[in-house]
Parts: sequence; C-alpha cells; structure tokens
Amino acid sequence: MIFEMFQYAFMQRALVVGLCIAICAALVGVSLVLRKNSMIGDGLSHTAFSAFALATVLGFTPIYFAIPVVIAASFFVLRLSRSRKIHGDAAIAALSASSLAIGTFAISVSKGVNIDLNSYLFGSILSVSWLDVILSLVLAAIVIGLYFLSYHRIFAITFDEDFAKSVGVKTGFYDAIFAAICSVVVVLGMRLLGSLLISSLIIFPTLSAMNYSKSFRGVVAYAVIVSILAFLVGLAASYVFATPTGATVVIANLLLFVISFVLKKIRKD
Amino acid sequence: MALLTLKKLCLKYGEQIIVSDASFSLEDGDFACVVGTNGSGKSTLVKAILGLIKPASGEVIYGDGLARTQIGYLPQETRVDGNFPATAEEIVLSGCLGHMSIKPFYCHHEKKHALECLSALGIGKLAKKSFSDLSGGQKQKVLLARSLAATKKLLILDEPSNNLDYKSRKDFYSTLKKLNENRKLTIIMITHDLDADDLIGNKVIAIKEGKVSVADTAKYLEAYK
Repeated sequence: MIFEMFQYAFMQRALVVGLCIAICAALVGVSLVLRKNSMIGDGLSHTAFSAFALATVLGFTPIYFAIPVVIAASFFVLRLSRSRKIHGDAAIAALSASSLAIGTFAISVSKGVNIDLNSYLFGSILSVSWLDVILSLVLAAIVIGLYFLSYHRIFAITFDEDFAKSVGVKTGFYDAIFAAICSVVVVLGMRLLGSLLISSLIIFPTLSAMNYSKSFRGVVAYAVIVSILAFLVGLAASYVFATPTGATVVIANLLLFVISFVLKKIRKD
Repeated sequence: MALLTLKKLCLKYGEQIIVSDASFSLEDGDFACVVGTNGSGKSTLVKAILGLIKPASGEVIYGDGLARTQIGYLPQETRVDGNFPATAEEIVLSGCLGHMSIKPFYCHHEKKHALECLSALGIGKLAKKSFSDLSGGQKQKVLLARSLAATKKLLILDEPSNNLDYKSRKDFYSTLKKLNENRKLTIIMITHDLDADDLIGNKVIAIKEGKVSVADTAKYLEAYK
C-alpha cells in the first residue's frame, strides 16, 4: 500500500512538503503555546488567506506575495501588543477578522479570475508543484537553522522574558526573528491545511508532547516526532479513505493528543 | 569605586513621576532591602538598575568591573509559569547567557557552572527534575541558582519570599545571608514586609512618594518604631 501510494509524483511531493511543514510547525508551536500566544497562528493564517486571495486577483504568485505580507502583519501585531495600547489577543482578533474580510472582499469583486476558495480555507497539498517542493525545502532549512541557532535564547525568552532581557538577550530582535519564522511556517502550512486548520498543526504537537515530557528539550523533540507521525498517518489515511488530506492530518493530531493524554493519566495512576 | 551608583535618577511612566532624584551607592558586600508601599516604585527602581527601563534623567553607574548583563535577577515568582516544562538545569543554564556574547550553544564550562550554582544552594540533585514537580521553596532556589549563574557580584531579588511558607522563607533568607557573607555578593532585595525578620540586610532603601532614602537597617528600624 505504502509503495503504491508513493508511486505517484503528487504523493511524493506532498510527502516532502508535508514533512517540512510538520517539523517547522512543531518547532514554533512549542514557544507559541508556552507563551500563551497560540492564537497568533490563527491570526496570521487569516492574513495569509487574504494575501493569497489578493495575489491571485492581482495576478502574482501567491506564495511569493504572501510571505512578505504575513511577515509584515506579524511585526505589526508584535509592535501593537508591545506598545500596550492594545492587548495582544485583541490585536490578533482584529487582524484575523479584517484579513478574512479583505480576502473575501477581494474574491467577490474579482471578475474572470478562477479562485479555488476551498484550497485556501482547507489546503490542497496534493496539488503542490516541484517548485513548491524546492521552495519548501529551502524555507524549512532556513527556519530549522534559525530556530536551532536561537534555541537557548528562545527558551530564555519563553520561560522568563524579563530575566532574559536582564542578561542581555535582545528580546526584540529574537521576537522579530520568531515572528518571521512563524509567518513562513503559516504560509507554508496554508498549502497543507489551509487558513482554517493550520493553527491546529502548531498547537496539537506541543500539547501532546507536554504529556510525554517535562523538559523543554523533551517537549521540542516529542512535538517534532508527534507532528511527523500525525502527518504520515494523516496522509496515508487520506489516501486509503479518499478524505481531504488537511482535515485527516488534523484528526490524526487530535487522536495522538488523546492517546498522549490517556497514557499520561495511566502513568500518573 | 562603588559597585553601584545612582546619580539623580528620575523614573517616569508617561508623565507620572515614579522616582525622583534617587542618589545612593552600594559597595561590595552590601545587602540592601528595598521597602515601600504597593505601587511606590520598588520594582521600577530595580528595573532601572537592571537596564530594563530607561531613566527619564540621571544615571546608573556600574563599578568594580560589573557589566549590566552580569547582574543576577530574580523576578517576582508570579511572572514565571510554575508548570513550565523545563528541568532545573535548563533554567539555571539560561543564567549563563549574559556571559556568552553571540555564541549559540552552551559548552562544558557553562554546564559545569550551572551545576555548581545548583550545588551551592544544596539542590544539585534536583538538576534533572522538572520545575513543575518542585515545591515552592525549591522553585525559588532554582531561580536563585539561575541568578547566581548570571553573576559573581550583584544579585537583585524582587519580593523573593512571596508565596513561601514561614519555614521556606527562613531557609531562603538564611541561604541569602550565606551568599552575602561567604561570597561577598552584593544583594538588593525588594520586600513589602517591614517586619524586622525581613530586613535581613545591612541597609534599607526606602521609597516614599517618589523619594528614595538609604539608611543602616538598625537606624531605620529605630526610626520606624
């Protein structure tokens, strides 16, 4: 079955792109969940939705247009929440709603442009091209490299930002790097899960990993393993049952979370 | 030269003056307790010393080879998530970041130093334990070990005895006294209790209506009576 599945070029491409997304989403998810910023993924995915829609209407390649737009939006949210004039969750909610509105507006006023709304909302990883594969590999390599070079500083900021600042960690700089990494992950993840489901890929692996490990390094490692496993199970199940890949991957993540939760309870008892 | 000197330091939030014209110095081995009512500006003052907020005017001068990034800071316990998934060792290692410049990874030296800091506080065997599994007193000691990893000269503690029971508080204070006496560490500790049991240092920095005054503890307690 596995061999048969990967005889198709579209499945091979989906496998590579999906693994890139699964690893990157798990890495950023740990800090987002632990800093209680899980909803940032949701806000940025809605921005990515409007960027994809606008790019299609304006005739640009969506992914090239969306990455700088989403990075700019993440910096904007970061700046807005740091200014303390508006709370972070309110900034994210405002960004989400306005982005969705702009995207929907752009799609509705465009005439003669064929837009597959479903693929933006729920993903379409089976339709990625070899160019998308190369782009995903390059971006994933950058994200993973930056993450590991900043790993100890990211830990310090995530655990206690004031202390990190006091020992000279440039929290603004690392926040900006992290915001850029999140943006790239969200835009890449749009291909797999779409704007409505991508935040689950960021949140679930960390929640599951926290049931397996109580060290930061352990949580990062387990989150990556769980994320990869959920993607492989989801991809295979979607092939076997002919279900949408994105939704099946999310259900696989949900199941792995439930299993981790039950195992934790059994261990405790 | 004094380890720390404040010269006419003025701190504001917007237009509101929090601290005005604060001038004092602390020498090597001083142990100063910062007292004042809630909202008097105690945390603001120490954050200015740490360089976390910019003064409206005046300056903070570090002497005796002290660098701003090599001050051990113990924030209020409420700022740290007690259920955070991290081992004591991971947390204490983050205290070494101030010595690492742009180096991305810890080497053997930092790992050894982190374990020494844990052992110095009698909690070396907790290195691999998860922070979330520790008692309140042990958590506070882990955070103190992280501060120790960051400094050899100056510790700044923001209400470290909050949420500690009487026994843990006594134990924690005794540890601080030992660090102060044996290592000649200068300590600045914020406390909101004016109980003589909490004023364990040789100096008191009192903040009242934005004015900062420094006195010997004995004299302060005498005047307070």
